[in-house]
Amino acid sequence: MSQKTIFTPTMAKILFKKQLSPAVYQIRVEAPLIAEERKAGQFIILQVDKESGERVPLTIADADIQEGSITLIFQTVGKTTQQLATLNVGDEIPVVVGPLGSPTHIEKFGHVVCVCGGVGIAPMHPIVQALKAAGNKITLIMGARNESLFLMKEEMTALADKTILMTDDGSLGRKGLVTEPLKEICESLEKPDLVIAIGPPIMMKFCSLTTLPYGVKTLVSLNSIMVDGTGMCGGCRVTIGGKVKFVCVDGPEFDGHQVDWTNMMQRMSAFKTLEQEAVHRYGENDGHNCHINQMAKAKMEAK
Amino acid sequence: MSEHKTAQQLDLEAQTEVKKIQSTAEPLKMKDRLAIPAQPMPELEPHYRARSMEEVACGYSEAQAIAEANRCLNCKKAFCVEGCPVHIDIPAFISRVAAGDFQGGIDKIKEMSLLPAICGRVCPQERQCQMNCTVGKTIKDVNQAVAIGRLERFCADYERKSGTVKIPQVKPDTGKRVAIIGSGPAGLAVAADVRREGHSVTIFEAFHKLGGVMRYGIPEFRLPKEIVDKEIDTLAKMGVKFETNFVVGRTRKLMDLLNKDHFDALFIGTGAGLPLFMGIEGESLVGVFAANEYLTRANLMRAYDKDHADTPMWPGKNVVVLGGGNVAMDSARMALRLGAETVRIIYRRSMSELPARKEEIHHAQQEGVEFCVLQNPSKILGDENGRVTGMIIDKYELGEPDEKGRPRPVKLEGQSFEIQCDTVLVAIGNGSNPLISQSTPELKVNKRGNIELEDAAINKTFVERVYAGGDIVLGAATVILAMGEGRRAAEGINQYLAQK
Repeated sequence: MSQKTIFTPTMAKILFKKQLSPAVYQIRVEAPLIAEERKAGQFIILQVDKESGERVPLTIADADIQEGSITLIFQTVGKTTQQLATLNVGDEIPVVVGPLGSPTHIEKFGHVVCVCGGVGIAPMHPIVQALKAAGNKITLIMGARNESLFLMKEEMTALADKTILMTDDGSLGRKGLVTEPLKEICESLEKPDLVIAIGPPIMMKFCSLTTLPYGVKTLVSLNSIMVDGTGMCGGCRVTIGGKVKFVCVDGPEFDGHQVDWTNMMQRMSAFKTLEQEAVHRYGENDGHNCHINQMAKAKMEAK
Repeated sequence: MSEHKTAQQLDLEAQTEVKKIQSTAEPLKMKDRLAIPAQPMPELEPHYRARSMEEVACGYSEAQAIAEANRCLNCKKAFCVEGCPVHIDIPAFISRVAAGDFQGGIDKIKEMSLLPAICGRVCPQERQCQMNCTVGKTIKDVNQAVAIGRLERFCADYERKSGTVKIPQVKPDTGKRVAIIGSGPAGLAVAADVRREGHSVTIFEAFHKLGGVMRYGIPEFRLPKEIVDKEIDTLAKMGVKFETNFVVGRTRKLMDLLNKDHFDALFIGTGAGLPLFMGIEGESLVGVFAANEYLTRANLMRAYDKDHADTPMWPGKNVVVLGGGNVAMDSARMALRLGAETVRIIYRRSMSELPARKEEIHHAQQEGVEFCVLQNPSKILGDENGRVTGMIIDKYELGEPDEKGRPRPVKLEGQSFEIQCDTVLVAIGNGSNPLISQSTPELKVNKRGNIELEDAAINKTFVERVYAGGDIVLGAATVILAMGEGRRAAEGINQYLAQK
């Protein structure tokens, strides 16, 4: 039986697409209800194929209520994100559901230091917007491997009161890790009232370790493995201060000083081998060699 | 374990019985009826099916159905009907089957039940209708009761296969609109009953596919998804609308559906979607899954279809399942089908307390699932990469009955031992999902998170125009109980809309 006959079409059309770096894309997707309800810190789950696709959580980078659209920024890491990257303006994503997760708690904290790296810059964008609107002073520390990998640099810089850019190779801003200026600020007269860190787990872990001795509250946004995103499967569970929490409903933001990082990172790698096999198969069989090759080529050129 | 008989063998045996019955000129006496052998369910051969997703129980042949139906004594006081949560007129439908009028049988069932093909497969009949059956009582064996569930399934399958499924009549449009949250058994029951009255019905479903627990929880080998599709298709043909990928409480607040979108009434049937864990050390290790996650990956996301599905499935070789309910049986049997070498069910009471349907326990045993009863883990062990390697198991004995009358498991000190495994599936039950209650402060919930009712006779909550039913009210229960709740709520909604 064809299920199309009974489902109301809820396909989300791609309105805009831009490649931000060799492996990072920005898309704007038609999703009027999500645009209306979403708040900073929330995410969506999407599926590129309704029958056999997997469910992938992505944070909402921005929303436009007038247009009825949300902005997503994603890195091509698995098969689904690679497939997503092959879609173009006018194509439809069969499953986009959200907004999921608890919104960021926004109030006037005072001086907030926002540390973000890699694609973590995308979820940080609405949080900085909301914090700024609530009257906070924002210091932004953004990190990337090199200059070409910074996302949303102009938008983010415009929002912050002060921006510190860090690169691994010194191609832009300071050379070094984001934890260095974070430590300096914690020691300075402008000690933060709150730190929010979003990026790879290892970065969030070390940001949390950096602020711990200074007693500065540090929020992190976890991106663990999920299936349903509504609290039903328990796959995304993490240990926070010795208690089990679900990232999809209790999070995604948690006190970084309370997170069991070792367990979190182990759980994130649960399906790594299978995922790599899937990417490999996809690259070999699905005639999308071009994209994989592009990535490889870009890497070569970067060297 | 009895020798496996094929469907064909069983059919031939039944045909002989039917000839005997039909050659008797006199109406059958009670003695004759009791002499007809109970008809076993034809099943796929255990070794074969343990590695296949095909439906295990194949269903009665026509001869088997007639033979089995003739076992029914057509009691004046039908105790079986009292045991049925939706009060199907069981003797009436069975007497039609006994006479070979299968369409008549299904028509009778459908007066009361909306999902007979599903309920015939998943109801715990031995604790409902069949528990009260006079035949079973006379023979002093509940397993010898008239197989009401199998006959129900036979009738529903007969209608579906013959392509004569009737679309229930819908009254002229009333212009009133009802929102139903969740497309599981409770929601579908409400949808059918409310739509029949001519009200517009929209079902909101969080997932991309419909059916709730019948889709993500109950596996294909026990309830083929084609059957769920068919039941939902009937609703669609009645004009019920479906909004998938819509999480009420997140995509839209519950009260907004009433106040902004102007639905006249609303039903919450979101189920028991919050997996419980044991609370023991090691439960966050890689390789420990809630049964919900394991089954959702396998069923909804079709991860068993490794060549096509993108959702990865944990390749467990030595699997341990914690719990003794239907979800535990489903998880254990799914693990076998996904390639596990050993599957053990660990349950802290004894075999006779297992809460699962008898047939599922029997099937699991036949397929090679090992039952380790009077045992319970106290710790899950892992390696340096945080992956499961084994468990510490405590031994138990049965003590005094608890408040529900079940014997309390008592730990035997100093008898713990270690077992090895690479996968642990936790199937010890579900709490209630807090998404709707948290985003709807107007609702009253008890300390377990279940929605409280102001009027249980019509499943109305403490909020005007808002009704609720199924597991979100009952805690984890069954498909048929959820359906029964849905029907009561539908009655309440229809009454309210008629007065409005």
